[in-house]
Amino acid sequence: MIRTTPFHARLSELNTQGLYTHWQGYLSALRYTHSPKHEYFAVRNSVGVFDTSPLFKYRIEGPDAERFLAGVLVRDIRTCRPGQAQYTLWCDDRGYVMEDGVVFRHSATEFLLTVARPALGWFCDLAGRLRVSLEDVSDDFGMLAVQGPRSRTVLSALMPEADSLAFFDHAPAQVASAPVTLSRTGYTGDLGFEITVESGHALDVLDAVLEAGQGHGIRPFGEEALMSLRIEAGLPLVDVEWHNSRLAFTDDQRVTPQELGMGWMLRGVEDGDRPFVGRDAIVRELTGTSRWATVGVVVDWAHWDRLHRDAGLLPSKDESPLPYESMLYDAPEGGSQVGFVTSFVYSPVLQRHIGLARLRPGLAAPGSPVHLEIAISHHTTRVAAGTAKLPLFNPARRTARP
Amino acid sequence: MSSAQTGSTYDAIVVGGGHNGLVNAGYLAKAGLRTLVLEQRHLVGGAAITEEVVPGFSFTTFSYALSLLRPEIIQELDLVEHGFMPLMMPSSFHPTGDGGYLLLGDDHGQNVQEIRRHSPHDADAYDRYHHDLDRVVQAVQPLFDNPPPNVFGKDPEDRADVAWLLDHLGGVERKVMHDVVRLLTGSASDWLEDYFEHEAVKGFHASSSIIGSKVGPMSPGSGMVLLFHKMGEHDGRLGSWAFHKGGNGGFTQVLARSAEANGAEIRLGARVSHVITHEGRAVGVALEDGTEFRAPVVVSALDPRRTFLELVDPRELPADLVDNVERMRFRGVSAKVNFALNALPVFPALPDTVDHYGGFLNIGPTIEYVERAFDAAKYGWYSERPFIDAAIQSVVDPDMAPPGKHVMSCFVQYAPYELRGSDWEAERERFGDRAQSVLESHFPGFGDLVLHREVVTPVDIERLTGLTEGNIFAGEFLAPQMYFFRPAPGWSQYATPIHGYYQCGSGTHPGGCVIGAPGKLASQRVLRDLRS
Repeated sequence: MIRTTPFHARLSELNTQGLYTHWQGYLSALRYTHSPKHEYFAVRNSVGVFDTSPLFKYRIEGPDAERFLAGVLVRDIRTCRPGQAQYTLWCDDRGYVMEDGVVFRHSATEFLLTVARPALGWFCDLAGRLRVSLEDVSDDFGMLAVQGPRSRTVLSALMPEADSLAFFDHAPAQVASAPVTLSRTGYTGDLGFEITVESGHALDVLDAVLEAGQGHGIRPFGEEALMSLRIEAGLPLVDVEWHNSRLAFTDDQRVTPQELGMGWMLRGVEDGDRPFVGRDAIVRELTGTSRWATVGVVVDWAHWDRLHRDAGLLPSKDESPLPYESMLYDAPEGGSQVGFVTSFVYSPVLQRHIGLARLRPGLAAPGSPVHLEIAISHHTTRVAAGTAKLPLFNPARRTARP
Repeated sequence: MSSAQTGSTYDAIVVGGGHNGLVNAGYLAKAGLRTLVLEQRHLVGGAAITEEVVPGFSFTTFSYALSLLRPEIIQELDLVEHGFMPLMMPSSFHPTGDGGYLLLGDDHGQNVQEIRRHSPHDADAYDRYHHDLDRVVQAVQPLFDNPPPNVFGKDPEDRADVAWLLDHLGGVERKVMHDVVRLLTGSASDWLEDYFEHEAVKGFHASSSIIGSKVGPMSPGSGMVLLFHKMGEHDGRLGSWAFHKGGNGGFTQVLARSAEANGAEIRLGARVSHVITHEGRAVGVALEDGTEFRAPVVVSALDPRRTFLELVDPRELPADLVDNVERMRFRGVSAKVNFALNALPVFPALPDTVDHYGGFLNIGPTIEYVERAFDAAKYGWYSERPFIDAAIQSVVDPDMAPPGKHVMSCFVQYAPYELRGSDWEAERERFGDRAQSVLESHFPGFGDLVLHREVVTPVDIERLTGLTEGNIFAGEFLAPQMYFFRPAPGWSQYATPIHGYYQCGSGTHPGGCVIGAPGKLASQRVLRDLRS
């Protein structure tokens, strides 16, 4: 039986399309209107709301909770103060990525972890003798992402806390007399917040947010818009950019944090003394070699247009991502395959076709030429592209101090 | 000149900071020329400006949407880096005049059903219509993106250009070529009759056939205006329009930043009196205040009348060119009525939604309605029940107005530049009332929402932008004024008879709208001449 989120009753009224996908057993809107691109622009130019409730939510607490998380998560949770959150990964003992998630630290001993796939059993198995309790509280809370340049203006009318939150900070707040956690987090690469609210109050909070957003162009956005947004923002998606190592069949399906483009999470790991699952393998990789680098790819617009025009077609500029991987070569013809694009889309704000790519590390310096295999009129051909630093779209407002 | 002050010396001076002048300056500066843009007003943009007429309300005074802009200019001038942000219009709304409506959006299947709701016959005609138009655009596009060949020239380069054109046209399928000719010579009404039976469906598609032009949808020549407007695109979708963030003035600010980043200098409040020539060469310009700037290249972004008859001495020009420019038609028939609104208008059949206001609101229910609106213009008067192309940008771009309030841009036709037996100062408010009463008839209670009304007549357009007779295309879209006749036979390749003096305004190929191509193509001509 498919489940619905705590916001569904209201959001389904606003959904004129009846188009849903299933996200971990929940109905999740693909789009709310005939135009997912319009929803996309709400996030890039005004404000949009997204129901992110299907995330799994785990409460982790106890005197040893910090020690426990320091031992399983790739980033050092000890540097995360109460009122802050961390985007992090966890690995298996060979240093391959299993999942990613966001940890919200509420106090010295209380944490909430949100994750796209179930992970409780794995964490419980690693708890050992530590004084830590882990509890699945997924059904207790709804989560509403409020994203876009106007998100702060809209939310500060409801919660003064919105005016002072720094990037990845969170604070207790109150909306429509319901207690909530407001965090400066999201999955769009824009200025944005998420509201975590007890399920019973979810509709009241949603109504208040939509009301406050009147006149600011607020609208709900669905997964189609989210995919364009997250690719522009360089945010990886499990089962697209990588597969959980524990569920992979071969090492070709696996990635390390470094290979996933998360090398920035590993600062200090080599010299530090924090043992965590996968650390030894990660250190070996840091002192040795990686198979892949993750980079952005930006297509040569003139070549793209020419290839289509020469084939008698109008050059397509589609903001819906390609549903398959495309291969990268080191030459316009012949040569070798040197990587692949995991996600590919036309970016309306960048006015370019862009991709998230995995490339041989020696060829991945920003500005390096690559050649992307595409199909035009039933023939494969290669379009010129260049590598670029991620994220490809990164407005100052995303991380700016209030 | 007795009181001449000496300004600096440049490699190139662009007269006029409209969008084509800015594009031209951007390319010239990018190529390394020390480039100066001289703009008479206190802001750049020409007819593409955004002004805060009432505090908090940003009006797109004249031009109000983007589509024709050639996409390569976005890339070549790195406009994204400087804030280029086209916001899609999610819908087009066409009241049918009987309380009903046609509402088209971004989903093809839903559009087909919407057409079918009015006419099952027109549902698949809609697909064929757009396909056929796309094919025509495909055939014509290379002509758009290249200078017109000099068919009167005799040198090998001209011959090669003509051969290129003939070769290209020879490759066009015969049905497509026939459609090209039907559109270029015929009326929009005849063209639409071949596809559609429903009056509202035809009316909806006919609206782009009259914009800025002294034609009705039944006039020969309206087909060409329709085709021209279909030549544009938004993110690869032909005929799609977008709002630029902050209005079209937001767009020209992006162009100015890009030009400056490439090294161009922009001077505001610098009204040029004339181009200084010496022995048949342009050597600089003089401002009205007497300041002079020297440069071996001067590019006029003004319309052909000003370029040839005001900035330079017509006695220095060949008589046939002067004659052609004198004869060129500039009959402005368009006005703007812009509103600051206290709330969104209400369309009774759609009382609870806003999404029908996301793009153009097309107030011209049928071809007959628009043709009758045109009738008055033939006899020197404005329409009692005008055609209106309205857009409420604040619906998709909340920065345009305070929360909950809106700005509504109304492009209104027909409003002939010259009125018989009266003048625009006398008729301004009555004309505004006529437009408002049409809106009132579709959106009851509209008048109660109006916080401020701005009526921009053709005379205002001429006075504020310099566009002769308020013609928004800087020269009408008439067959004898297009392609290798634009602006005059033999002078369609951006050069002029005066060495070092060039033209890059919308009065040159491929002409009007916010398109940028004249500015770009003219820069290529300048740079080619400098190299040779």
